[in-house]
Amino acid sequence: MVKTDPVASPGGPLRDGTDLAAPALVLEVDDVSVSLGGRRVLDQVSFSVQAGGFCGLIGSNGAGKTTLLRVILGLLTPSGGRIAVTGGTRRRRDPQIGYVPQKILLEADLPLRARDLVGLGLDGHRFGLSWPASKRRVVVDEMLDAVGAIRFADARIGNLSGGEQQRVMIAQALICRPKLLLLDEPLANLDIRSAAEVVELLARIAAEQRIAILLSAHDINPLLPVMDRVVYLADGRAASGTTDQVVRTDTLSQLYGHHVEVIHVQGRVLVVSGAEHQAHHAGDVDPFLRGV
Amino acid sequence: MFASFMINAWEAATIVAIVAGVVGFFTVLRGEAFAAHSLPNGAFAGAAGAFLIGANTIVGLGVFSLAGAGMIAGLGRRARSDVATALTIVLMLALGDLFLSRTSEYAPEIFALLFGEVLGVSTSKLGPTAVIAAVCIASVIALYRPLMLSSVTPEVAEARGINPRVMDLAFLVVVALVTTMAVPVVGSLLIFSLLIGPPAAARSFTSRPLVAMGLSVLFALVTVWVAIAVSYESNLPIGFFVGAISAFAYTVGRAWTAWQQSRGRKVAR
Amino acid sequence: MLAASWSTLFEPGFFSSEPVRVALIVGAITAIVSGVVGVFTVIRGQSFAGHALSDIGTAGGSAAFLVGASTLYGFVAFNVVAAGVMELIGIRKPRGRDLATGIVLGASLGLAALFLYEGTISTSTTGATVNVLFGSIFTLPPGITTVMAVLGVTAVVLIGVLYRPLLLSSVSYELAAARGVPVRLVGAGYLLALALAVSMSAVTIGAILSTALLIGPAAIALRVASRTGVAIAIAAAVGVVACWAGTLIAYDSTVWAGGNGWPVSFCIVVVIFVFYIASGVVSRFRRNRRRATTTDQPLAVKPVEAA
Repeated sequence: MVKTDPVASPGGPLRDGTDLAAPALVLEVDDVSVSLGGRRVLDQVSFSVQAGGFCGLIGSNGAGKTTLLRVILGLLTPSGGRIAVTGGTRRRRDPQIGYVPQKILLEADLPLRARDLVGLGLDGHRFGLSWPASKRRVVVDEMLDAVGAIRFADARIGNLSGGEQQRVMIAQALICRPKLLLLDEPLANLDIRSAAEVVELLARIAAEQRIAILLSAHDINPLLPVMDRVVYLADGRAASGTTDQVVRTDTLSQLYGHHVEVIHVQGRVLVVSGAEHQAHHAGDVDPFLRGV
Repeated sequence: MFASFMINAWEAATIVAIVAGVVGFFTVLRGEAFAAHSLPNGAFAGAAGAFLIGANTIVGLGVFSLAGAGMIAGLGRRARSDVATALTIVLMLALGDLFLSRTSEYAPEIFALLFGEVLGVSTSKLGPTAVIAAVCIASVIALYRPLMLSSVTPEVAEARGINPRVMDLAFLVVVALVTTMAVPVVGSLLIFSLLIGPPAAARSFTSRPLVAMGLSVLFALVTVWVAIAVSYESNLPIGFFVGAISAFAYTVGRAWTAWQQSRGRKVAR
Repeated sequence: MLAASWSTLFEPGFFSSEPVRVALIVGAITAIVSGVVGVFTVIRGQSFAGHALSDIGTAGGSAAFLVGASTLYGFVAFNVVAAGVMELIGIRKPRGRDLATGIVLGASLGLAALFLYEGTISTSTTGATVNVLFGSIFTLPPGITTVMAVLGVTAVVLIGVLYRPLLLSSVSYELAAARGVPVRLVGAGYLLALALAVSMSAVTIGAILSTALLIGPAAIALRVASRTGVAIAIAAAVGVVACWAGTLIAYDSTVWAGGNGWPVSFCIVVVIFVFYIASGVVSRFRRNRRRATTTDQPLAVKPVEAA
C-alpha cells in the first residue's frame, strides 16, 4: 500500500483539541481491510483527517468508496484494522458523525418542507413526535441560514433543485454539531456551478466550525482548490497524503500496479492509463481531452 | 339516515376513517399501496379458515394478516418488495380458496368481508374496534420520527442506528392491525381505498407532514360520511362510492399540483 | 407394480377426461404467455399493476355477466381501458406509479361491487361471485381454447415486436429516451400485452390467482438466469410444469381429499412456491460456490468493477 502521509501516525497517541500546535485527529483509519463475498474490497487502507481538514476520497465506481464510508459509519465490520473517531472507537449511531448519503429519493409530492427534513436530522432517531418548541425552530433556522438554504426553508423538498436539496441534506447532517462530516458523492449529479457552490460551502464550514470533512468523488477537479489531503482508492488499495504527494505519475502508477500518466492541463488534472485504450479520468471537464 | 340502527354504522366508519387517515399517510409516503391491498384482501382467507375450524373469524383475520405482514417483510429481504407482496397475496388467497372449497355453503359473512357490511355492525363490536384503532394510532405516533426518517432517507436512518428492516416490519404490523380492525367493519375494499386515496389527495395540498396527516384524516372522514349518506339514499353499495370519491379526490389533488407547477416554481414554493 | 404406481400417480380417467385435456392445454398456453409477460413485469417492478389488472377485470367481468355477455370480453375490454388510464396517468417513479394503480384498482373494485350487487339482485346467486373471482379451470366451455390462443398469441407477438426497446427502457428509461426509443409508446404496448395476458389467465385460473402465474415463475427465473431470453424460457417452462402438476394433483385429490378435492388454483400455487424455495436454494448454492473459488488475496492489475 502506498502511504506518503508524513503527518498521521496511525496507532500513535492522540492529541486532544486543546493543543493548538497540532490540530486533533478527528478520524483515524488504520490498516482497514474489508472482504465481501470472497473479494477484497478494501486492502489495508490508512489515512487520517484533522479537525477542520478537508479530505477528498477519490476513485472510480467500484473502487470501494461507499464501502469505506460505511465502515467508518459503523455499518460494516472490517476484517482487519481499526477506526477511531475523536480518539474513541465509534459506536453505531454516533452523534459525532454527520452523513450525507449518495442518492436520496425525494419525490415531487412529498409532504415535507426543507425545514422538516433538517428537523428530522436533529431528532429523527427518537421515538414519538417532536415537541414544537421555539428553540427548536431557532436551531433549525440557524442551520438553514448557515448553508444558505433559509430562503427556501418552507418550500416543498421535492420541488428544490439538486443543488438546493444537497444543501438541505448537509444542514440535516450538521445540525447535531458533528465532529466529522461524511458525504458520499455529493457532487455526482450537480452541474458545475452548483458543485462549486457546494464545495465552497463545505470548505467554509470546515474552516469555521472546525469540522473534519471526508467527501467521496470520482472527479478530483472541483475539490482541488479546497482539499488539504486526498485519499486515492484503486482496487481497494489507497494512497493518501496531500494532492501534490498523491496525484503524481509515480505514486498512482504504483497504486494501480501499471503505468498511469498524470497530466496537468490548464489547472486541471487528468489521469490516463498507459495500458491500451482504457482511460480513467480523474478529471474530465474538457470534452476535447476526452478522446486522449 | 340517523336512525338508531344507523348510529353504529356512522361511529364505526368514523373510527375506521380516522385510523385510515393516520396510517394511510405513511402508507402513501412509503409507497406501500400494494401491501395495503394485499393484507386486507389476503386476510379474508384467515377468516375463512377460522370459520372452517369453528374459531372466531376475527382472530383468523388477525393471525393471517400478521402472518402476511411477516411474509412480505421476510420475502422482501431477498426479493424486490413488489414481488414479495405479490407472492404473499397469492399464497394467502390460494389458501382462502382451499378453505372455501372445504365447505359446501358460501357463508355470506365471508363475502361481506370482501365488500363490507358496515350497516351490520353491532354495538358489541364497536368496543374492540375502537381499542385496536387506538393502538394503531398510538403506534404510529410513537414510531413517527424514526419511521419518517427511514421512509424518506433510509441511509441516514441507518447511520443513526435505526434498522430500516425493523421499521419495515413494524409498519406492516400496524397495517395488519388496521386490517384486523377495519375489515370486519368496512370490508377489505374500503379500507384499501381509504388507506391510499385520502392521503394521496392530502399531500397535494400541503407540504407540512403533520398537516398532511391531518388532512388525510379529514378527507377520509368526508369520504366515508358522504359514502354512507349517498349509499343509504340510493341503496347502492358503499364500496362503489368510496372508490369513486377516492379517485375523484386523487384526481383533484393531481390537477391542483399540475396547475401549481404550470404557474411556475416560485408559486409552488 | 409399475402399472399400480402409475395409476396412483395418474388417477384413472385423467388422460381420457375432456375437461382435464382442455385444462392442460389452456393452462399451458396461459403459463407460456404469463411467463413471457411476467418476466418484463418483474423487471419493471410492475407486479402491482399485474395483480391489479386481474381484479380490475373483475369489474368488467361482472359488467358482462350482468348484461349476459361473455365474461372474457368484459374482462379484456375493462383491462385494456384500465391499462390505458394507467399509462395516461403516466408516473414513472415506482411509488407514485403504484399509488396510481391503487387508485384505479379501488375505483374498479367499487364498480365491481356495484355490478355484482346488481347481479345478485337480479339472479341472487352468490356462486356467481366465486366464479368471477376465482374462475374454474375444470369448467371451461370447450370453444374457449380458440379465443385463448388468439389473445395469447397477440400478447406474445406484441412483446416480441417490442422486445429490444422494451428491455432497454425497462432497464433505463433515460437511456432509452436518449437513444430515440418512443418510451411512452413502448410502455403503453407493454401494458396492453399485460392486459391481454391477465385477462386470459384471470378467466381460466381465476382473477386473483392469475398473479401467481404472472409473477411466480418470472421471479423464479430471474433468480437463476442471467439473460432475459433464458429467463423467459425458464419462466414459461416453470409455469407450464406448475400448471400441469397442479392440475394433476387437483385431479388426484378428488380421491384422497374427499368432496371436490383441492381446488386446482391452490395446487398450482403450491407447486410454484416449491419451485420458488428451490430456486432460492439454487441461487444461494451458486453464490457460495463462487465465493469458495475466489481466494482472499489482493487483486491483480486490472481494476474490477464491484457487483
